[in-house]
Amino acid sequence: MPLPARLHPTHATRTSPSRTSPSRTSPTRTSPTRRLLAGLLLACLPLTACSLVGTSSDDPSSDTSSGPRPTTVKLVTHESFALPDELIAAFESRTGMMLDVQAAADAGTLTNKLVLTQGSPAGDVAFGVDNTFASRALDAGVFAPFKADLPDGVAQFALPSTDGGTDNRLVPIDNGNVCVNIDTGWFASRGIPEPATFDDLVKKPYKNLTVIPGAATSSPGMAFLLATIAKYGEDGWPDYWRKLMDNGVKLTSGWSDAYFVDFTQGGGTGKRPIVLSYDSSPAFTVPKGGDASTTAALLDTCFQQVEYAGVLAGAANPEGAEEFIDFMLSEEVQAALPDSMYVFPVRSGVPLPSDWAKYAVQPTAPATIDPQTIAENRDAWLREWTDITTR
Amino acid sequence: MDRHHYPLTRRTPSVMTPRSVSRWAAAASLAAVPLGVLAIFFVLPVAGMIARGLWPEGTFDPTVLLEAYTRPRTVRVLGYTLGFALAGTLVSLLLGLPAAYVTHRLRLPGMQALRAALLIPFVLPTIVVGVAFRQLISEGGPLGGLGLDGSPVAIVAALAFFNIAVVVRAVGATWESLDPRPAEAAAVMGARPVQVFVTVTWPGLRRSVAAAASVVFLFCATAFAVVLTLGGLKYATVETEIYLLTTNLLDLPGAAALSLLQLVVVIGLLAASRRLETGGRVGRVELAPLRTARAADVGALLVTALALLLIAAPVCTLVAGSLRVDGSWGLAHYRHLLQPLAQTQVSVGEALVNSLRIATDATWMSLLLGLSVAILVTRRTYSPRQRVAQRWLDGIFLLPLGVSAVTLGFGFLITLARPPLALRDSPLLIPIAQALVALPLVVRTLTPVLAAVDDRQRQAAATLGARPWRAFLVVDWPAVRRPLLAAAGFAFAVSLGEFGATSFLARDDRPTLPVLIYTLISHPGQQNFGAALAASCVLGLLTATVMGLVDRLRVRSVGAW
Repeated sequence: MPLPARLHPTHATRTSPSRTSPSRTSPTRTSPTRRLLAGLLLACLPLTACSLVGTSSDDPSSDTSSGPRPTTVKLVTHESFALPDELIAAFESRTGMMLDVQAAADAGTLTNKLVLTQGSPAGDVAFGVDNTFASRALDAGVFAPFKADLPDGVAQFALPSTDGGTDNRLVPIDNGNVCVNIDTGWFASRGIPEPATFDDLVKKPYKNLTVIPGAATSSPGMAFLLATIAKYGEDGWPDYWRKLMDNGVKLTSGWSDAYFVDFTQGGGTGKRPIVLSYDSSPAFTVPKGGDASTTAALLDTCFQQVEYAGVLAGAANPEGAEEFIDFMLSEEVQAALPDSMYVFPVRSGVPLPSDWAKYAVQPTAPATIDPQTIAENRDAWLREWTDITTR
Repeated sequence: MDRHHYPLTRRTPSVMTPRSVSRWAAAASLAAVPLGVLAIFFVLPVAGMIARGLWPEGTFDPTVLLEAYTRPRTVRVLGYTLGFALAGTLVSLLLGLPAAYVTHRLRLPGMQALRAALLIPFVLPTIVVGVAFRQLISEGGPLGGLGLDGSPVAIVAALAFFNIAVVVRAVGATWESLDPRPAEAAAVMGARPVQVFVTVTWPGLRRSVAAAASVVFLFCATAFAVVLTLGGLKYATVETEIYLLTTNLLDLPGAAALSLLQLVVVIGLLAASRRLETGGRVGRVELAPLRTARAADVGALLVTALALLLIAAPVCTLVAGSLRVDGSWGLAHYRHLLQPLAQTQVSVGEALVNSLRIATDATWMSLLLGLSVAILVTRRTYSPRQRVAQRWLDGIFLLPLGVSAVTLGFGFLITLARPPLALRDSPLLIPIAQALVALPLVVRTLTPVLAAVDDRQRQAAATLGARPWRAFLVVDWPAVRRPLLAAAGFAFAVSLGEFGATSFLARDDRPTLPVLIYTLISHPGQQNFGAALAASCVLGLLTATVMGLVDRLRVRSVGAW
């Protein structure tokens, strides 16, 4: 790891107001507390050097506005962003630019951060805005147009534009589906037929068997709500949800505790064989040495999530941003997505890891809702959903 | 009695003499750093975020507030928040006070380990604790029959789980420095234990109990993951509501209205606790001797055992989970921690190093700020106005505990974007945010110790020709040295476990251990789940070790609050 020492915090401390005035003539006039303060500040100087800050690897605020070629491209993204070190190193040596990754929180928070900092963006390029939040970012003018030659297969995931074509600001990078998963063995051993559709979940044999993360606090939970809205329409979904609640569905705050605590195949003592998860999840429940997954995704219950990247309007290094997006669409990165970020590539012809190829089946016609419609109704839908689920 | 002269000699001079000017200047210069940090990294961002919500188009819109406060939902949310915070504080006190007595006054085997262990919950990632709790009480768990899952009882139990440690350490420190002789004398003269407690012990403890209670209340009122995970989405609090409005719906006016409400409640609480905290005795610096348990201690021992049970049960679930590999027992999850993880490219070891580095920064920052504040609030005062100023100075540094991390985080983004305050990308932000969280604990550890130093000793040193710094070294330093170390341990632990602000703030691609644990537990696969539990155990063990070492250095007087 390159560690060029940049001690700007130390520098800042040094220039702060602690000028120890050497008024030796009358030491009693110098207040004890002021002396003490000076001493404290001096004492903390060496400490800065052995801290994180003292060994900061790369200066995020590198001067990118002047000079012939910027030296840094700055990526704003969410917590789940991850790529193999070798790929990032290859990008850096090929372009001659350092990739400065600023990752925090989830897709919704990322989008809202971008909206709030519109005009003085926190970076050059953003990755991780998904189709449930895309409209909000586009309406706020967060992203600049980007003309790329998209590789085969990518365009089918792109957002529609107002003139009937595809949007040229947000570029699809990956996709995945949120689907209901079941513990196939549980149903087989009890002789109960496996559920397959949304309608099945509200039927009697499946009472008290389902656990789902809530839409207000979990992004897969929101996707499931959207899937039911896509299926039953804007007028029909509240009724479906009432039936779902009556049939004893359990709501958790996040995906983790639905899956790991309540699901029968989560590894714990869970009692519920139906859980909301992803289309890729069955690839992770193959027993050691086994050749079949113990879970399956119900492909008629899926909602498609697409994650996009885009050049931020007002970016200091727009060219670097475009190069980064090209990099994200390259075959190497697309092939690394499943293992690094648990999502499917958007580019056609990219090989999947063997477990994924075998056990992660993608739906052919997942539900979608126009991002514009989501943006307009998110608030109202969530309020109504909250009313129904917390009666 | 000469009533005429008494007030005259004590009255503050109304004319500023050069001496009082220099005293004010000194106080101002010492206050400048902590107040400046608070202004830039707390007041400015929070005010910026609230202003953004209430002045949506540049003009103030009062209907926003009216609309937000008259929603039935807001009233319900406020009710839940206060209810849970009160109940959480009460249970933490009920379990924590006897435990404080047992761990700081009685001589029992294994006490050092016990005290270190009590601090473990403090640093465990809330999401993991939530999962551990739910494994206990969910339908299939060992306590599933009690039907606690999704109930308010579960939330309150978890709040107590996290906060008993605060009560034990804070009140215990005061308790061990209380002079035992008055209580013994009262007992000899025939007072029953209850009478002894009410008339002798309680007045000495009251101040520290109030201080601990106000911190615990703030922690409970702003608890986030615990309420969501254990409440089954039914119990929205102000904190969870601000999170939803800000990160999901981008309803800034609504969030601003709730943030204001949060601030008002916190300030009201502080004013109330100020009243309770007045009076009482300042703890001595020397320690009361430990004694062996008697029959009268049975009640306290039982409650302590209950508190231990509450803490141990989820921790044991966690440890057991981390050792459970494919249906049998083993260390595979721990071995897995040594390799870089696919989804982060970072091994747990590296994340631990990042955590330790940030914790080092946060610790020195909070000690520097905390020592300045502690010196200021224990300075000899010359007028009632100065005493009021001291009170408020002490109080305002509690505010960051009571305000939503989401509001603060978004506030950083919009207010620290441009020069001269272009700080939003600074790697300093995370340790500074953590230092602000640790600061109240540091101040409360140091203040009583500095207050107990007789000012005449400093004057004597000055008269004998000692320079001020030398007077500090000779008089204050010996008293403050060990509590400073203890405060450092506390701040270090706070930083190691901090997740909210850390996960929210922009940072480079070097996650801290809690952030890494969160990433692990957010992906399917037994290996990820096991690794998350194992990493949590490592984090807890590390903290217990650090705290154990601090105890070992004979810092029994963790300062009295």
